[in-house]
Order: sequence, then structure tokens, then C-alpha cells
Amino acid sequence: MRFNKILKNALLVILACFALTACATKKVSTGQMQGDVYTGTDTVEYLASGVPDRVFFATNESVLTTASRETLRKQAAWLRKNSKVNIVLEGHADERGTREYNLALGERRANAAKDYLMTYGISSDRISVLSYGKERPVDSGSNPLAWSKNRRSVTVKAN
Amino acid sequence: MDMYKKIFFLFLFLFQSNAFALIEVDITRGNLNPLPVAVSPLSIDEVSKKEFEKILKKENIGSEISSIVEKNLKTSGLFNPLNKDAFLQEPDIANLKPRFEDWNLIKAQALITGKVSFVDEKLRVEFRLWDVLAGREMMALAFTTVPTNWRRVGHIISDKVYQRLTGEKGYFDTRIIYVAEEGPKTKRVKKLAIMDQDGSNNKFLTLGNELVLTPRFNPNSQMVTYLSYFRNLPRVYLLDIETGTQEVVGDFPGMTFAPRFSPDGKKIIMSFAKDGNSDIYTMDLENRIVDKITNHPSIDTSPSYSPDGKYICFNSDRSGYQQIYIMDSNGKNVKRISFGKGLYGTPVWSPRGDLIAFTKLHKGKFYIGVMRTDGTGERLLTENYYQEAPSWSPNGRVLIFYRETKTDEKGEGFSAKLWSIDLTGYNERQVVTPTDASDPSWSSLLSN
Repeated sequence: MRFNKILKNALLVILACFALTACATKKVSTGQMQGDVYTGTDTVEYLASGVPDRVFFATNESVLTTASRETLRKQAAWLRKNSKVNIVLEGHADERGTREYNLALGERRANAAKDYLMTYGISSDRISVLSYGKERPVDSGSNPLAWSKNRRSVTVKAN
Repeated sequence: MDMYKKIFFLFLFLFQSNAFALIEVDITRGNLNPLPVAVSPLSIDEVSKKEFEKILKKENIGSEISSIVEKNLKTSGLFNPLNKDAFLQEPDIANLKPRFEDWNLIKAQALITGKVSFVDEKLRVEFRLWDVLAGREMMALAFTTVPTNWRRVGHIISDKVYQRLTGEKGYFDTRIIYVAEEGPKTKRVKKLAIMDQDGSNNKFLTLGNELVLTPRFNPNSQMVTYLSYFRNLPRVYLLDIETGTQEVVGDFPGMTFAPRFSPDGKKIIMSFAKDGNSDIYTMDLENRIVDKITNHPSIDTSPSYSPDGKYICFNSDRSGYQQIYIMDSNGKNVKRISFGKGLYGTPVWSPRGDLIAFTKLHKGKFYIGVMRTDGTGERLLTENYYQEAPSWSPNGRVLIFYRETKTDEKGEGFSAKLWSIDLTGYNERQVVTPTDASDPSWSSLLSN
């Protein structure tokens, strides 16, 4: 089960890489998005200087991008230094999906972030996960850029 | 406590002429020629009129009740209530013996007459349905209830007429539970709300302090199961509508969501999400026994039982994308049934058992559709920017769902409204609510 999941994730990462290179060659990048993953900083807040609080996802995906993994490594380093801080990972989806599926998807995204933080030494005791599905968008727009900002997992200090 | 049992409905007599009906309404096709029907105001004597005016603050309760009947029949799309100004016969005389030539003249094919009176502090109503062309009475019915029930009297008459003329049960004496929404899209405040099927008697059931989603009635429409973010812990709850008592369903170490009752009302079926994986579980409300129904690393959600309780349809992305599956109620024999282009979600089994309603996303558009339970015969009823979550009328002829609008460049202009559409794909109309609204669930028939 677990191994399968890792394998599946690995496969998805590889596929995502292909997708990203494909997109890069097609020059879909708008400066704020690569493929349909948000790469801008408009909505990003910081847990500490240089430690962004959120990572973004492709439509219907919960795979972490290279940039997301870099963000999470920074968060992990900061969490190791601040060992008394507990966090909530809030998973979100965009408005282009059914409510119930999006609740599950938000949970899956937040857990992707959680799994990665754990591989960098953060104990699961310090992390809780909360999915909001599509209930709490940061951008109320009905366009691809707004949706990309809303597909996110946000790390929030719990104490 | 069963509030609908407490409500006192005494059916005094029911006699039905055994003449075969010349008029009948075919509800299986889109009805482009709704049946012309004359709803004569229910007649009322002066003494009763004054008494009801005192109690109900309505000038003429007879006219009020017949307006409800008229509005219901019109909304169904199957009937065309004629303008009262054209009526030649006075209500009290028409109820005794209609002059059919007069009603024929204004092209009425069916006529509803009746009378209300104040008897022993109660509201007594009798009404008759007449076949104008054949010149005969089709149905006569009288009942007595507490005066404050007058709206329901209108709905019950509508149901009886609908049933007599279409051969199928009506859906007017029903309620809708839904989520009332207010505030900006990024900080929506949501409350549970309940109203009559026609939008009257709207009542909020929660205060909006916590996010609430997806309320669904139990089979006798006394209880509601829904998702609440109380204390930031998204869990499935149970609410007794009359007493207001709420409780968490089960003791799950994570988010539970997408709840529905089993058709016997004894279990709640829902999703439980843990470690990035959502599976379907049931909990028996009597002995609290929890059963895991699906066990798959994909997302399994939006479960809905068949009316006989033998099968479950649900939403899963095990194929890579959201599709609709069915399985036995114990989780065995999982079969994918949606194979059209696009993504499929929110399957709901029809109360008649033969169809599954769903939401479909294809090429950036959302559709409400139906398919047979083996996945064949897919029919899309309506297309829009965003709409989802169909819920069936108790007779399986109408679907209610919610629709959201696209915002403008500034991110403004968002709205969420309830809409209904006939299974035929015709008669799409907004169900008006005092605030924005989503996640509607249709009750069963409250009386029979």
C-alpha cells in the first residue's frame, strides 16, 4: 500500500516533469503560472523571513512541484529551529470542482505537504491537517490565474 | 418527536367518481401544452372569514389557499391555471354544481372548486376536481386541521390534483433544506436553512458561526445529516429539526464528510479522510457500529444508496479522474458506470430506482444529467458555468440543484442560487430564497 503510493507519487512526479517541460516548450508560462501551477507571490505570506507559507498545485493534482518542495524544505528547516511551533496544513481546491470531491482533494494536498515535511524530520505530532475544499478561496476571480492561487496548501502556526 | 404526526389531519370523506378520466397529463415528455385548468377561489362564509382573519391575519383564506394551488400547478409546468377575471361562475355555486358550458367557454379542461369553513376552532376544507369536457366530478375530498396549517392545505390539494391527473404522486407538500450563504466569496458565511418547497416559511437552523455544508434529510424528513466545521474540526453531524439537538456522528480521527442516510434511515453513509485518502464508511445510528465499505488509495466520496438499500453509487478517481461507480451495499462488485467524456461527480440515486443524477464537468462547462444505473442512456439536462449537487423530488420527476455565477474582472458579481428542472429537461426555473443558497436537499412527502 504505502510502497505503492510512493511509486505512484514518483510516477506522477515524473509525469508532471514531462508535463512541465512540454508546457515550457509551448511557452504557456505567463510569468505568474507555469503550466497551470501558480508561481507568483501575490498571495504568499511568510512564516519567517524567506520562509513562504504556501505551496501551489496543478488542477486536480496533489503532486508537489520542484518549487513546492523547495518551499517545504525551508519550512522544515524553520520548524526544526522552532521546535515548539505546531502547525496546521490547510488544503484548498479551486471552484471548478464538486464540493465533496474538493474536500477530499484539499485533504490530499495538505497531506502531500505533510508527508514531505515528515521526510525532513518534522514529527507528525506537530502537524494537523484541515481541508477547506473550495470553501475559502483567496482570490474570488473566475479565471485560470485566480484558480491557480486557490489550489494550495497553507502552513499555519497553530500555537 | 414527530412533528408531522402531531399535526392533526382528519380526512373526513373521500369519494371518487368511477368515470374514466378523459383528461390525463403525460409527465414523461416535455410538456409544451400545459393543461388549462381553472382554480376557482375556495368559497368562504362571512363568519368563517372573520374568524380566520382574526387568527391568521389574512383577509380571505379561501383565496389564499387557492393561490397556493394555482402557483404549485403552474410551477410544475404541466398545468396552465387560467386567469380568474375570465371566470363566470361564483365560487360557492361552482362548488355545488359547475355550469360546465361556462368553464368550457374559457377553455378550461379541469376545474377545481371548494369551500373553507371554521368548525370547532379548526380549518375545514373541502375541494372537488371536475372534468369540464366530460362534465363530471373526478375527485372530492375534505379534511380538517389547525388553522395555522393553511399553507399545507394548499400543498395537499395540489398533490391530490397532480396525482389524479398524472397518475403519479405529487411533490408539493414537501420542504427543502439548504445552505444559506452571505458575504464575500473569500469569507462566505453559511447557515443551514429550511423552507417549504415553494420558498415560504424560510427558517435558519444555525447561526453562521461555523461553516456548514451538504445537509440531507432522513427518509421521514425529521432529521438532517450535514457537515459542520464546529471548532475547526470538519465532521458529520446529525440534527433533529424539531428539537434542534445536534450530535457528532461517530468518533473518527479526521474529517468525515459527504453524508447521506440509508433508505431505512438507520445508517449514515459518508466519507472519512485520513492521510490523504478518502474512503466510504457507514455508521449504524442505533448500535454505533462502523463499517468500512471501500478500501482504495484513491478518493472515494459522494455515496448514495439505491432506494432498496442493496446498492451504493459513489464518486471515485481510482481511474485517474472523477467517475461514477456502483457497488453492492457491502462494498463488493465495484463497477464503473460513467464512460462519457469529462469528469463526473455527485451521483444520486433516483427515488424510483431507475436513474442516477449527476454533475458533469466537460470542456469548462458544468452539466446536470441523468443516466441509467448501468451507465447507459446518459442525458444532460442543463449546461452552465457552474452548477452541481442535484437532489430528487420525492416522486423522481424534478431535480433541484445549485448554480454559481462567474465573477467579473474585479472578482465581483458572485452569486449562488437554487434551480429546479424537470427530468424531461424542460421547465428550468429558479427557486427563490431570501439569501444566496446552495446544497439543496428535497424532503419526502410530508403527508399522504
